Amino acid sequence: MSDSATILPPVTERSSILRWMRKNLFGSWYDALFTLIGVWVTYWAVGGFLNWVLTVAEWEVIVVNARLLFIGQYPIEQAGRLWVWLGFLVFLAGNSIGIWARQSRVAVVLLLIPVLLAFLLPFGDEPRKWLSILSFAGLVGWAIGSARPEVLKRSVVAGWVISLPIIVLLTYGLSESESGIAPIVRTNLWGGLLLTFLLTVVGIMFSFPLGVLLALGRRSELPIIRWFSIAYIEVVRGVPLITILFMAQLMLPLFLPTGWTVDRVIRAMVGITLFSAAYLAENVRGGLQAIPKGQFEAAQALGLNGAQTMFFIILPQALRLVIPILVGQFIAVFKDTSLVAIVGLLDLVGIAKTVLAQPEFLGLQREVYVFISLIFWVLSYGMSYLSQQLEERLGVGIR
Amino acid sequence: MTDDLIIKVQDVHKWYGNFHALKGINMEVKRREVIVIFGPSGSGKSTFIRTLNRLEEHQRGQIVVDGIELSHDVRNIEQIRMETGMVFQQFNLFPHLTVMQNIVLAPIQVRKWTKQKAEEVAMQLLERVGIPEQAYKFPGQLSGGQQQRVAIARSLAMQPKIMLFDEPTSALDPEMIKEVLDVMVELAKSGMTILAVTHEMGFARAVADRMLFFDKGEIVEQGTPEQIFNNPKEDRTKLFLSQILRH
Repeated sequence: MSDSATILPPVTERSSILRWMRKNLFGSWYDALFTLIGVWVTYWAVGGFLNWVLTVAEWEVIVVNARLLFIGQYPIEQAGRLWVWLGFLVFLAGNSIGIWARQSRVAVVLLLIPVLLAFLLPFGDEPRKWLSILSFAGLVGWAIGSARPEVLKRSVVAGWVISLPIIVLLTYGLSESESGIAPIVRTNLWGGLLLTFLLTVVGIMFSFPLGVLLALGRRSELPIIRWFSIAYIEVVRGVPLITILFMAQLMLPLFLPTGWTVDRVIRAMVGITLFSAAYLAENVRGGLQAIPKGQFEAAQALGLNGAQTMFFIILPQALRLVIPILVGQFIAVFKDTSLVAIVGLLDLVGIAKTVLAQPEFLGLQREVYVFISLIFWVLSYGMSYLSQQLEERLGVGIR
Repeated sequence: MTDDLIIKVQDVHKWYGNFHALKGINMEVKRREVIVIFGPSGSGKSTFIRTLNRLEEHQRGQIVVDGIELSHDVRNIEQIRMETGMVFQQFNLFPHLTVMQNIVLAPIQVRKWTKQKAEEVAMQLLERVGIPEQAYKFPGQLSGGQQQRVAIARSLAMQPKIMLFDEPTSALDPEMIKEVLDVMVELAKSGMTILAVTHEMGFARAVADRMLFFDKGEIVEQGTPEQIFNNPKEDRTKLFLSQILRH
């Protein structure tokens, strides 16, 4: 009989930083060499960049043009409307965090970022006030959400659904007269991050359902629908976005009856939507193909018809499989909107070019482009992070 | 055709390209009858049972289920699928839905039941198959035997007149086969019309009214379990039985 006392637990390695470094960084002479080279290159690159950021760069150009970069020519006295919908979005975000990610401390800290930025960066009084309100709205949403999660699930989803119309309505305005409530602000005044944001959101919201329909159409048993879908997808994927944007801006008026005009921003939105839909369709089709035949058979055997099978059984599984690819496409849409600068719209990149064209800011390309890159990166990474959370929550790869 | 017949199959043929998978099947099923279909792999037994709810299309002959002829008319197909439940070898539960959602989906969407009624029935069925405590789990969290029992409950929720089983225990670990067979035996004894493709001869002996031996796309022999096991007439039946009953 074995004596249990003599059975020792497995040897655990004592961990210390030195031991870890020895194992991972200086395991052999060439490991050590690579480590040293790596450290030197990192120091040289990061050090050089930080030195530039902190001492050489003239950030004044950003501070002076902040308004242009964020909202373009949008009249400053109407900017309150934009803050209102931004506040609504942050409120919904806080609400969603409260409902679905109650344990996450990081998420709550995120809600405090606006107020922190307000006092760390050289903002004027008005933005400071609004940024503080944003954080407040987010925290209120979070508090309500975590207090009554089950009750609020439906209403917060409804909130997200109506948010796009609310955003567009508030941005565009209601009344024709100058003195009325929320006078109309023409789209030629929209610019900067505001325009980039709207192009992206509209592009994603409309291209997603269109892409799903095209993907289904490509697998349809009706030849006309299938051929149309294939032709559409292959034609659009075969041309660059920039040509579609040019077509929308320059050629569309030729086809419309005289006297008809379509707003230039809307033309760009349509172009982006049509372009992105073709790519989304192929991504979704990939997901559809990954669903085993048995799922279709089980649904049919139960008496579900074709539409019910797609809607309840196949699409939910297919879309969940392709979340990472879909979000990749959404991020691509976001960054691709910068191409509208070439057809003369003043999105974030377009406005940056006009800022740099002013004589007093000549030669400050680095500052401006680093700044807008940072904005693009923060928002892209935000989307990427959200999608990872979504995947985790939906249990991709587990269920 | 007498009222007592629920399925009538006449001269059914099916080809996969050049391969003649079903070569003129003729058979009838009475209400409350339990039929076990067996035979070597590739003999067409699964194909045949799948033509009965038109997961496979037959190219010649006539199939009448519960007075409705299977044709290209989509409404007929949907009607028949509402009346026939099917259980698959690979379970085919919907992995993104909970057990409860798997069961109530079709009754709510197809039969237009209220959610409340569907959930009550679902709960009764889960008790019948012995796993009420798993109602709010996802299929991936269940064992194979439990998944197959959910699949049976899901089919029963549509209150079918006929249940088709396509090798329901072939994908299961040995210790889980019994729990599924127990459910099937109980179902047979309750008076359900059952067609089961299976090699579980114990099940056949216990509840089958009739057994059909399939080989090379034909029904080679049929009879009661008594006749088939004790006194098979055809050489092919004898050979096959000796192969599967050797152990």
